[in-house]
Amino acid sequence: MISAGSVNPLMRWGGGIVAVVALLALLAPWIAPYDPVAIDVRQMLQPPSWHHWCGTDNLGRDVLSRMLFGARVSLAVGFVAVGISVVIGIAFGVVAGFVGGRVDAVIMRFTDMVLCFPTFFLILAVIAFLEPSIWNIMIVIGLTSWMGVARLVRAELLSLRHREFVLAAEALGASSWRLVSRYCLPNAIGPILVSSVLGVAGAVLLESGLSFLGLGVQPPDPSWGNMLTAGKDNIQIAWWLSLYPGLAILITVLGYNLLGEGLRDWLDPRQ
Amino acid sequence: MTAVIEARELRKVFGRRSGWLGMGAEPGKEAVAGVSLAVHAGETVAIVGESGCGKSTTARMIMRLLTPDSGRVLWQGEDVTDHSARALRPLRRLVQMVFQDPFASLNPRMTIENSVAEGLRVHQPELNREQRRARTAEMLTQCGLDPAVMGRYPHQFSGGQRQRIGIARALIVQPKALVLDEPVSALDVSVQAQILNLLCDLQRQYQLGYLLISHDLSVVSHIADRILVMYQGKIVEQGETAEIFADPRHDYTRTLLAAKPVLHPDDREA
Repeated sequence: MISAGSVNPLMRWGGGIVAVVALLALLAPWIAPYDPVAIDVRQMLQPPSWHHWCGTDNLGRDVLSRMLFGARVSLAVGFVAVGISVVIGIAFGVVAGFVGGRVDAVIMRFTDMVLCFPTFFLILAVIAFLEPSIWNIMIVIGLTSWMGVARLVRAELLSLRHREFVLAAEALGASSWRLVSRYCLPNAIGPILVSSVLGVAGAVLLESGLSFLGLGVQPPDPSWGNMLTAGKDNIQIAWWLSLYPGLAILITVLGYNLLGEGLRDWLDPRQ
Repeated sequence: MTAVIEARELRKVFGRRSGWLGMGAEPGKEAVAGVSLAVHAGETVAIVGESGCGKSTTARMIMRLLTPDSGRVLWQGEDVTDHSARALRPLRRLVQMVFQDPFASLNPRMTIENSVAEGLRVHQPELNREQRRARTAEMLTQCGLDPAVMGRYPHQFSGGQRQRIGIARALIVQPKALVLDEPVSALDVSVQAQILNLLCDLQRQYQLGYLLISHDLSVVSHIADRILVMYQGKIVEQGETAEIFADPRHDYTRTLLAAKPVLHPDDREA
């Protein structure tokens, strides 16, 4: 199945970026030069220098330190939200693809219906109604982004369901649960993985957007999105407040997208 | 003697839609139109016919992998047509299947040991891991494989070896009958003979009833006792193998026999 053939450049670059960002986020408490929420008004709006590599914000907080801690928020939201969406997506997809018939039709029409919602505004409304917190964001993003995985898993199951090795196990009397868990899902893991990695990029972007609008992570806790909000108020005098968090979002999302595309190519049996 | 496999008037229609108030209704295509057959212990019955004639659909209905639209399926005299999946499970060991494509019939993510032992998990759950392993090794040996390779994955085997693994997987539950769906058509000719010989040996040893699905007349003439010729979902002719080859009655059978490759052009009848 998966040969240890040469890893493609997409995957190498994407994997590298993803690994570096994850490492920085993990080590943030040890490598951050300053306390990310320590206010120092004498140092406010300092441009990048040897003391503050990425400058300071309007309250004199170190931008680099805030970005490192912000990475933890972004990645945590990305992973937990994708985890939730993958679990829901697999559950719906398996039932639809394996049972088929009417059940399939009902689940897929429901999926189409959810897909019709402008997700971002749905999330905005829900978060505005609930309390904006990192946990609520994770759950809401997870609950509104499972449709892609559900469709994918259903399609995989539909084709795997009638493969000879699955029929052979069915003829032997293996239970439906066993057919799904030991025969179908392990052979659908590739596409699910690709979709999950791409999903992380989407979730990171969503979280940044929500935080930018003030509905995500609340100040003073740093997140790339709410740093951008602070940046836009001072954009004419302090470009570094917007540029660096923006770059962080860009590079992270790019990294996950490259890794996802690379994985897709790598797992593609036609190559 | 009760037949190990019996089918009565099996019928299957694909693509039928009742539509809504008669709109968009489609009559569908009758893939199998009333097929009856019986296979007894120790005999080989072959269904021959061109691709798309309904052979495989018939096989899958007999295996209860596909539900017939009408007709009955009997295993060892017991009518299993309406059995639920749960009621069917303990009976499944009576009839097993060997598939056509040895590259598609084994789970690529499972070791050979686990693939072959699957039937034991279902039908002899009282066995522990060691006992399962011993039975699996024994079965693989009987099918001409070295049990030392049990821990490997399917992609490490050749087509012929995989087909042996497929046969071991089917036989481990001690079935009374095997449905062989084109068991050698995906293999090299030299390997075909080995697999056919293995199947013949196993049949003699266990008194297995074989339902052989094939379009290859040389394979059929080699191992079948009786032949059913299927054409467009119906059985158009049936009889002893020698009879059919010597004196085909139906037009389609004659066409089929004439299409059989010969060793030398001079052997071909005008």
